Order: sequence, then C-alpha cells, then structure tokens
Amino acid sequence: MSRTLAEKVWEAHVVRHGSGAEPDLLYIDLHLLHEVTSPQAFDGLRLANRKVRRPDLTIATEDHNVPTVDIDKPIADPVSRTQVETLRRNCAEFGLRLHPMGDVEQGIVHVVGPQLGLTQPGMTVVCGDSHTSTHGAFGALAFGIGTSEVEHVLATQTLPLRPFKTMAINVDGELRPGVTAKDIILAVIAKIGTGGGQGYVLEYRGSAIEKLSMEARMTVCNMSIEAGARAGMIAPDETTFAYIEGRPHAPSGADWDAAVAYWKTLRTDDDAKFDAEVHIDADELTPFVTWGTNPGQGLPLGASVPDPEQISDETERVAAEKALAYMGLQPGTPLRDIRVDTVFLGSCTNGRIEDLRAAADVIKGKHVASGVRMLVVPGSMRVRKQAEDEGLDKVFLDAGAEWRQAGCSMCLGMNPDQLAPGERSASTSNRNFEGRQGKGGRTHLVSPLVAAATAVRGTLSAPADLEN
Amino acid sequence: MEAFTTHTGVGVPLRRSNVDTDQIIPAVYLKRVSRTGFEDGLFAGWRADEHFILNQEPFKAGSVLVAGPDFGTGSSREHAVWALMDYGFRVVVSARFGDIFRGNSGKQGLVAAQCSQSDVELLWKLLESEPGTPVTVDLTDKTVRAKDLVAPFEIDDYTRWRLLEGLDDIALTLRHEPEISDYEGNRQTWLPTTDPLPAV
Ligand code: SF4
Repeated sequence: MSRTLAEKVWEAHVVRHGSGAEPDLLYIDLHLLHEVTSPQAFDGLRLANRKVRRPDLTIATEDHNVPTVDIDKPIADPVSRTQVETLRRNCAEFGLRLHPMGDVEQGIVHVVGPQLGLTQPGMTVVCGDSHTSTHGAFGALAFGIGTSEVEHVLATQTLPLRPFKTMAINVDGELRPGVTAKDIILAVIAKIGTGGGQGYVLEYRGSAIEKLSMEARMTVCNMSIEAGARAGMIAPDETTFAYIEGRPHAPSGADWDAAVAYWKTLRTDDDAKFDAEVHIDADELTPFVTWGTNPGQGLPLGASVPDPEQISDETERVAAEKALAYMGLQPGTPLRDIRVDTVFLGSCTNGRIEDLRAAADVIKGKHVASGVRMLVVPGSMRVRKQAEDEGLDKVFLDAGAEWRQAGCSMCLGMNPDQLAPGERSASTSNRNFEGRQGKGGRTHLVSPLVAAATAVRGTLSAPADLEN
Repeated sequence: MEAFTTHTGVGVPLRRSNVDTDQIIPAVYLKRVSRTGFEDGLFAGWRADEHFILNQEPFKAGSVLVAGPDFGTGSSREHAVWALMDYGFRVVVSARFGDIFRGNSGKQGLVAAQCSQSDVELLWKLLESEPGTPVTVDLTDKTVRAKDLVAPFEIDDYTRWRLLEGLDDIALTLRHEPEISDYEGNRQTWLPTTDPLPAV
C-alpha cells in the first residue's frame, strides 16, 4: 500500500498496535530535555520509584532561563535559578547527559540536537516543547509533548498515540532574492490559519522546499506548531545527508551506507494520498511580517496595517481589533512606516549560523539606527563560536548591536532579555503573542534579513530598502 | 497510582459552576518544580476569603467535592488535579467536566464522577443542612451514597477499569514491557545514542 512519509516513520516505530479505542504504542528514538518542562516528570519518577529506561537516548540542555550576559555568575532570578539547578540535580541523579550553561555544546535544545548529528531521518524525536517540530526538517517525526508524557518517555521510551492526519504543503517555484524560509512559513500560516494544521502532520514539499538548505528547512518546520500542526516534515535528500555526514553522532563507514540506503526510502509514495493539500506559489512570495498578536496575522512587508472593518469574518474581525489595540497600530499605516525599539535576532527559528550570516551580510558596514537596540543571540555556543571564527561578532558589534551568549533569550523573555511595556520589536522568533517577549511588549515576526534591514532603518524594512 | 474501589469521606458542597482550572489553581503556582505540595494553591483566590467553604469546619477535612456543572474547564494544566489530590480530595462530583480535566483526573487517580444536576442539588442540600455527612463513592457499582440518598454516576469504562486496577499510564505501558524489549532488540544498530563521544 502506498504511504506518506509520516505514515512510514509512524509504522516503523509501532511497538504495539492498539485495538479499538486503545492507542498505538510508539517507540521514541531521541528524547530532548530542558529545564522548564522536566522537573515534575523527574519528581513523578521518584514518587513511583522508576528509573529512566534509556539514558542513552536522552539528552538535556539549559536554554529557556539562561541569561545571555554574565553567564559565569549565579542566575539572579530565583525561579530561573531553581529550574536550572533542578535540571542539574535530576540529570546527575538519573545519569543523563546534560550540557549546562557555559558548556561548548549548550544551546537551544532544537539547535543542539541537529548540530550534534543526533537528529536523523526517519527517527521519532520528542521534547517537552512545542517547537520540537523543528527536527522534522530531517524527515524525522518530531513533536512536542506535555510533562506527564515526558515522564512516560523517561520511564518507558515509548508513548501511546493515535495516528495523525497528513497534510501536504506544496511550495513550488523559485523564491525571489531577499525572500527566505521564514517568509514561506509565515505565508503558510497566514494562509491556513493558526488552527489550520490541527490534528495534522504537515509535509512540506515542492521545488522551492527542495532547494532550501537544511537550516532553512528547520526554520520552516519549526513553525508548523504555529499553524496548529502536531509536526512538520520534509523528505530527506542529498542536502540532508550532506548536512549530517561527519557530525559527532552521525553514522560512519558501513553504518553510513546502510543508513543512507534506508533514508532514501523515506519519501511519500507517488500515489499516496494526503488527507488535505495546500499550494503556495513561491514566485509570488515577498518578505512577510506580522502586524498582530498571532503568527497568522501576517502580510507582505509592502502592505498596510489591515482595517478590521473590512474583515467579514466576525471572529477574525474582533481578533484583529484586539490585536491592533494591543499593538498600538492604526489601520492603513504602511507596514514599512512602523518604527521599532528593539531588534531580536535569534531563537530556535532563526538562531543558526546561516541566519547570522545572512543578517551580518545586510548590516555589514552600516549602523543600527539611533534609538534602536539590536540583540544578537546565537542559538547555541557552537553557533556563537563558529560566528566568531568567521568574524560575524565584529560585524554586529561594529554596527552597534549586542553580541550575546546562547539561549532562548527574548524569544520568550524568561530571562532578563525582555521588552518593556509598550516597546516594539522586530523579532526573528516564532510567537508574537501578547506579552510573549515581556509584559506589554509588541512583537513583529520577521526573517533575519528583514531584522537586519529594520535595525539599520529603524522601521520595518527589507534589505532592498537599504539600497535606495 | 493507588487503586480506587470505594471511598468514604466528608462531602464539600461547592455551589459554583464553570470552575475553570485557573480558579482551581492560579498560574503563579505553575512555576514550581515539584510534583507534590500544591494543596496551598487549591482555590487560592477563594481561600483568601474566610467564608469560603474550605475554610469552614468540618469541610476543611473534605475529600469528596460536589461542584456545579462545567468543572475543570480552561487551560490544560495537570496541576489542577495535583492540587485537588494534594489537598486530600479523592473524588469530584459534577454534572459536567472539562474534557482535558476529566482525562487528567483518570490518569492521576482522581475520580471525576458525573452525576445528574438534580442529584448534585440534593447532595448540596444534604451537605449544607447536615455538615460533615459522610459521602461514599463506590466505583464498583458507580454510585454516590449519603444517608438515604443514592445517586448513580457515569464514568467511562476504560477509566473506571484503570482506577479500579490502580494503573497509571506508565504502569499500563509497562504491561507491554516484553514488546518494548523486543522492539529494542530489532532497532537499527546505526541509530544514534547520546552516550558521550570520546574526546578528540
Ligand atoms: S527559542 Fe523560543 S520557541 Fe525556541 S525553544 Fe526557546 S523559547 Fe521555545
């Protein structure tokens, strides 16, 4: 029978088929942990006197709470400090590998896994974090889970699950210069809505997806959750293999050949049927930015703030009114005229080396506009080191930006990197929810290219705007 | 988790409907890193009021909560169930529960007993006129009994079976341990492990 990529990976991990109302039991190949969603899971294990079944398939890193300056000093915020210390204690007690603050492999969990070569095609990857969908870029089935599921995976290395539906997102054509993976995914979310992917695994396919680099594919899959989807996937190909080869945990020698032979089978069969299909024309895409308070409220940068009056759907109109009030925006204002206070370059969406390179390329020899602060936060210490080896830190510092240590940082403001009430940011992260980057903070989601150009001009801009 | 067959304890009449999980335990308590000790967060907003039912004798020692319809709606936080159980509740009786809350209850060993609203009203009257009346919740015959009152309740068969057997999700999965081991024996040998690599 012909099957989709997601179905193939699912089938390969069924430990036991459920009968009737009972779910399937799925094996988990890789379990990633961080300090926020794991404490109670470990406590649950202790209460029930259980062990971690496969410490060798489990890895932890500190990311959500870590400060991005003065990382050699104790964390000032008591809640953050407790969470980080609790993770350290738990990893020591249960014998788990942890990359703590200051370690060369520390970083955002979704940057660390792929970078170590731990994320590979056809695997099942879970983490107590919704952006686990990032790892789907390798053709893995990767999804976020809740704390009790974290405990379940720790104890059993499996999860009881019901199959997902599948949706094809076909992106065909050629991206124009200055248009990136971030613009693709923002356009997808604007098209299907923040609930459009609910219950689905999205498979991104088509010529525009095939041409994307591995890191760009991660950006796309990362935001699948913002469309409500459980996971996003891209079939592995030569780009994938080339990215994995030689990484610390990649197979080698005869194992490599066996792995690649298997990975090549991980494609949706030609006559397989998706439960839903969506088409996006890559040629039509331009840099995309959000104007509202959910990632689906986005428009091409050349557009203006929408007028809620013109939105016929009642729910959407009310949502737009509320969003504009919160964002402090007037209908009809050209998006390019929106002035920002802060530019944040980083997160598991856009905190990888290619993102930093792209932004550095735009900002090189220019200066951050007066009154604007720009935070550059590499996704991991490795990314930071690589950027420094390439001299990117100098480019950012010379332009007047701040060069920080690795972590989630202003993506969610659990550490001191926050927006002040009413402050406005252009951010390469993934959520523009009310208060996400700080109480009262206003977030516009953008690509690294738009972030850099915006930092220079002080208003939402694309690199092309810098040429005039 | 502990098996549940029958429980007798002090019934607490909570004359409120639409008690969402934010009211059961406010968000500030979610910052904790422990899995126990959430009893102080239970109904924290209401308990500040000395007239609140849980601040009254003999209801303080309650273990069977009898609430209005739509109990446990809102955010999916598992802490809501933890807080109720940490406080000492074994059963919540209501005419309707939030779906996720009901699911979480079954997994943690809290009985969410769905009674008719008219029976809830009768229980309220009884518990208010005779505070401290013991209430018995019997999962084998699916009834709530207090004095002469016998109220049938509904609970889905699967959850009931799990509660009777005392099987949490993990215990359920571990019944299939041999199959997990079999699966592990057949995994591709080239799949990665997180074992630290030798330093180069
Ligand atoms: S960078 Fe943001 S979205 Fe990614 S894991 Fe951290 S907090 Fe979550």
